[in-house]
Amino acid sequence: MSQNSKHIAYPIEIILNRQLADCLAIPVFITDTVGNLLFYNEPAEEILGKRYQDTGEMKVEEWSMFFLSKDEKGKLLEPEDLPLVKTLLNQLPYFKTFWIESLKGKSEKISVSSYPIIGRAGIFVGAVAIFWRPSDE
Amino acid sequence: MKITLWGVRGSIPTFNPSTRVYGGNTSCIEVEEDGCMLVLDAGSGITNLNFSNNLDCPRIDVLLTHLHIDHIQGLSFFKPLFDPTKEVHIWGPHTHAHSLRTRLGRYFSPPLSPFYFRDLICHLEVHEIGNSSFNIGPFTIQSAYVIHPGPTVGYRVTTRSGVFTYIPDHEPALGRGGLNHDIRWLSGSELAYEADLLLHDAQYTEEDYIVKKGWGHTTMEDALEFASVTKVKRLLLMHHDPTHSDAQLDACYAQLKEKTAYPFPFEMAVEGTGGGGGGGRPSGG
Ligand SMILES: [Zn+2]
Ligand SMILES: [Zn+2]
Repeated sequence: MSQNSKHIAYPIEIILNRQLADCLAIPVFITDTVGNLLFYNEPAEEILGKRYQDTGEMKVEEWSMFFLSKDEKGKLLEPEDLPLVKTLLNQLPYFKTFWIESLKGKSEKISVSSYPIIGRAGIFVGAVAIFWRPSDE
Repeated sequence: MKITLWGVRGSIPTFNPSTRVYGGNTSCIEVEEDGCMLVLDAGSGITNLNFSNNLDCPRIDVLLTHLHIDHIQGLSFFKPLFDPTKEVHIWGPHTHAHSLRTRLGRYFSPPLSPFYFRDLICHLEVHEIGNSSFNIGPFTIQSAYVIHPGPTVGYRVTTRSGVFTYIPDHEPALGRGGLNHDIRWLSGSELAYEADLLLHDAQYTEEDYIVKKGWGHTTMEDALEFASVTKVKRLLLMHHDPTHSDAQLDACYAQLKEKTAYPFPFEMAVEGTGGGGGGGRPSGG
């Protein structure tokens, strides 16, 4: 007789973050604890230039190639300067405004808020990055 | 594994002539194997548990899915808690902010109760679980958090005779797209996967659900779909809405039978039996 179920589902904290992201008009990316992309919503598809329906989940090496992150002067940012990477390392929220350049060379100024998903059991199960288009007032 | 349903009504005990068939007691399920017993939830149905039938075994394990009142209101009337010869283990969901003992203590204290938790004279142990696996006698138990307001788990109980899954309060269809058919993204799927018997929340009709989204429960249709996606072998629908009469539940069952064609048998859970029925004819064993 089998003991525990062999099938593994995502923790409900991840599932509920997806449900929320699915209802939002702002781009949201959800990753596991090492940065593999588990879900991105429709507004995020625009930034990535991909559709979730087509790609499904993506390894961190794969989706991090889809755009370059640069500072004001066009200098490439180190991964550890990026909010999501910092959240994954430290399990804390971060915020930063910088430039992203798509593979097609299109550049866009973006603000990113990231936060860790720490469930009721106090366990870190993943991270969320929200991309904002900053208003230049 | 012998399963007896002592309470299958949702939200509030509901006793009137129109709830006589399916029963009015809130959630409480007895699971027995090799003379050992588990009690799943402590709703008002717990008062029907008859200890003289079984259990020379001095130990009793009560597994709570969550602390909503319909799942714990029977605890104050649970005789073993007041018996110094009994060893009672209460299992329930862990949460970061307050211990399970503290949260239960809110119920076991005035003005809700005439006595305090510390006044219970049995040998009492409280265990906090989350996404956990543990063994109790002949039972291997897997628990996991599921979507429902407040910390809530479901249970998957495995013995040498089969797998029984119990998720009485659950809203897996919460969200824009409804029930996700990719089981990795489906709350509770890990517990229910390929179970021999699933006892699942089915409080609402589709019409009820239009105004009850986010209240933490499932439609009968979604419960069937959930069972189908997770490949369960038999389904019992429970947590019957307190406003649904026997006649309404019969009508819902007839409709579900007519409009669906699932490969597994399903029934409406009937209090006091080991299974369910439709059209007022309990058939489980
Ligand atoms: Zn309930
Ligand atoms: Zn509840």
